[in-house]
Amino acid sequence: MTAAVPVVNRFPDSRAADREPYSIGLVAILTTVVMLFTAFTAALLIRRTGDDWARVALPGIVWANTLVILLSSAAIERARAAVRANASQRAAGWMSVGALFGLLFLAGQVIAWRSLAAHGVFLSSNPHAAFFYMLSGVHGAHVLGGLAALGWTLGRTRAGAYGPARHAGLTHAAVYWHTVGGVWLWLLAILSTL
Amino acid sequence: MSATGDGGFWTRYVFSTDHKTIGKQYYFTAVVMALFAATWSMLLRLHLAWPQSQWPLLGKLFPGLYEGGVLLPERYLSLVTMHGSVMIFFVISLSLVSGFGNFIIPLQIGARDMAYPFLNMLSYWTIVPACLLMLGSFFAPDGAAASGWTAYPPLSALADATPGEGLGQTMWILAMALFIASFTMGGLNYITTVLNLRTRGMSLWRMPLTVWTLFIASIIGILAFPALTAAAIMLLLDRLGHTSFFLPTGLVMGGEVLPYHGGTPLLFQHLFWFLGHPEVYVLVLPAMGIAFDVVATHGRRPVFGYRTSVWALVVIAVLGMIVWGHHMFVSGMSPYVGEYFSVATVLITAPFSVLALNLVASLWRAELRLTPALLFVLGLMAAVAIGGLGGVFLATATSDQYLHNSYFVVGHFHLMIAVVTFFTIFAGTYHWYPKMFGRQMNQTLGKVHFWLTVPSVVIGFVAMHFLGMGGEQRHLYDPTAYEFLRPIQWLNVFISIVMFVAAAAQLVFLGNFFGSLRFGARADSNPWQGTTLEWTTTSPAPHLNWGAELPVVSRGPYEYRTNGVPSGYLPQHAPPLEVARATVSAS
Repeated sequence: MTAAVPVVNRFPDSRAADREPYSIGLVAILTTVVMLFTAFTAALLIRRTGDDWARVALPGIVWANTLVILLSSAAIERARAAVRANASQRAAGWMSVGALFGLLFLAGQVIAWRSLAAHGVFLSSNPHAAFFYMLSGVHGAHVLGGLAALGWTLGRTRAGAYGPARHAGLTHAAVYWHTVGGVWLWLLAILSTL
Repeated sequence: MSATGDGGFWTRYVFSTDHKTIGKQYYFTAVVMALFAATWSMLLRLHLAWPQSQWPLLGKLFPGLYEGGVLLPERYLSLVTMHGSVMIFFVISLSLVSGFGNFIIPLQIGARDMAYPFLNMLSYWTIVPACLLMLGSFFAPDGAAASGWTAYPPLSALADATPGEGLGQTMWILAMALFIASFTMGGLNYITTVLNLRTRGMSLWRMPLTVWTLFIASIIGILAFPALTAAAIMLLLDRLGHTSFFLPTGLVMGGEVLPYHGGTPLLFQHLFWFLGHPEVYVLVLPAMGIAFDVVATHGRRPVFGYRTSVWALVVIAVLGMIVWGHHMFVSGMSPYVGEYFSVATVLITAPFSVLALNLVASLWRAELRLTPALLFVLGLMAAVAIGGLGGVFLATATSDQYLHNSYFVVGHFHLMIAVVTFFTIFAGTYHWYPKMFGRQMNQTLGKVHFWLTVPSVVIGFVAMHFLGMGGEQRHLYDPTAYEFLRPIQWLNVFISIVMFVAAAAQLVFLGNFFGSLRFGARADSNPWQGTTLEWTTTSPAPHLNWGAELPVVSRGPYEYRTNGVPSGYLPQHAPPLEVARATVSAS
């Protein structure tokens, strides 16, 4: 059963050292995210051909939310720049700002929902409204995942785990965050024009 | 069980991150689910052969399903639905892709484990609640889902449409969502492991075809599954949030017009089949890969056309993503679009023929060792050839108009999906059992299993084609209700009898499998004289797979029948010939 197992590193002589394994996983995750929202987009394009399709005016706050998520991405980029300049504490500061803006974005989305509901527009009122609630909800779930990643990397940044030559984890969190931000721009574009 | 080298019982066998343990966990889970799904199919066959007969004993055994000893119509639909869903997603996918995939990928590419071992464990422990939800849905107030494994709305979207469409259908959707999450985690792991953790010398073009097929299947899965996620979310909202994504205007139920407006059920079908068809390849491609490995090892010759097979796989993967519409020829589709889907589907036969013919050509001048593993691959070739013929009629939109939703389709997909994949699951089990458990399965019982299984399933499913041509619809509760089907009812009786034989044969397999865990002859590290890397480590393989040194690869995966080497094969890790000769002459 338990033959003496030699003490070995998990991946001592694999190529893991040459190529960051998490970047491949990240590409795969982003592929599923993009395919998911592509499927939703296709669904919207088909559903809008129905005779009951009428665009609901989106609450004004979604535009402010969009600005917030863009600023959040910018803050994360400042954090990466700080890490490259070997300024861990400054990086942690910018990360906190980025994460805070992420939370603000989610709060703004909830306010957008409440504002629609206050105007009597609910999930089942109208197909366009259904798409808005659903897409912002599914997107919000992805933002939550991004916040978890930012929280994790924030802890690592605080602990000084990242340096100018070694900050792949931070880069991955940033790439995911920007992609999720980009998805929101896309969703807003189709929801406000179609 | 293989040692994991650390921790006690829980971390070693339950919450293990060792890819081999996780592979076995998947395999055993699939066996349990297969017992359920096969039992359901037997109940279905019993009813289809003798729809008017009463089975009081079964009524006592399954009180919710039977009334007065007769299978209830709504439970019949539940059993059909659950048999299909569980077999495809929780038996074939779990054993072939998740089970063998987890077990064999690191061993064949010379890695110590998967790239993300924790994620791997998480993926298994996501499938467990999915299985429980699926099985538990039978205990929902009005039974398990009854809208078919394709879960088409409006039926699947309306809780009151038919018994089973209440909580049962919701549980079905949630189970599928968990399955997709788990499968996506597995896919991430496979792709990264194959790209990143190959040992020195293991270039992509030296990977065994099993690894190639699992790698390509993972990419297909990553691309295709999100469409079903989207469909499942919209279906749930239609069910629980009263939206009208898939529900059209003017639906009438119980004499009342429902308040839904403007949705389109066709949208669901497109999203479902955008996953559903690639899923066929997610299952069939690894089956073909395992078949190649078994033929090479037990036929003692290099596989024919290794590189063309890999390119054929790539072409199949691309074409497989853009042909989903052929499942919807009669659903309402512009004839021009139908024509496109028809042509693209028929195009797939080209790369698939390359793959299948390469497999057959790999038998040319082979020294066949007729082990159960090889026998089942030979059976697979027969099934692919026969089943593929039926595919030509279904791919052609004109003939599909008649055959759609008939038993012709049921016979066809059972040959292509059930038989092809199950035969490779058996072949893979007989082939890798020594590596998994350190013992051999009984080869004679294996042959008995083969000779009982092959004729019965092939004849049975071919006979279903004739039922379909005679006009019998799938999902039909009582064939004798239609006068035009009564003359061919004897076929239903015949099919049921051969299927009972097939089911009994699986008891031989299960007895052999579990009996050999204890009584099987001890296997050495390379019982089949194989060339690939899994045979370079002990049987069963230790935690982290090899000792301090990983094998280094110097050649391709199928160097059999090599000249000048007495044993006639060169393992992948054997040093290059020049080095070997130099060593011999020096000594």
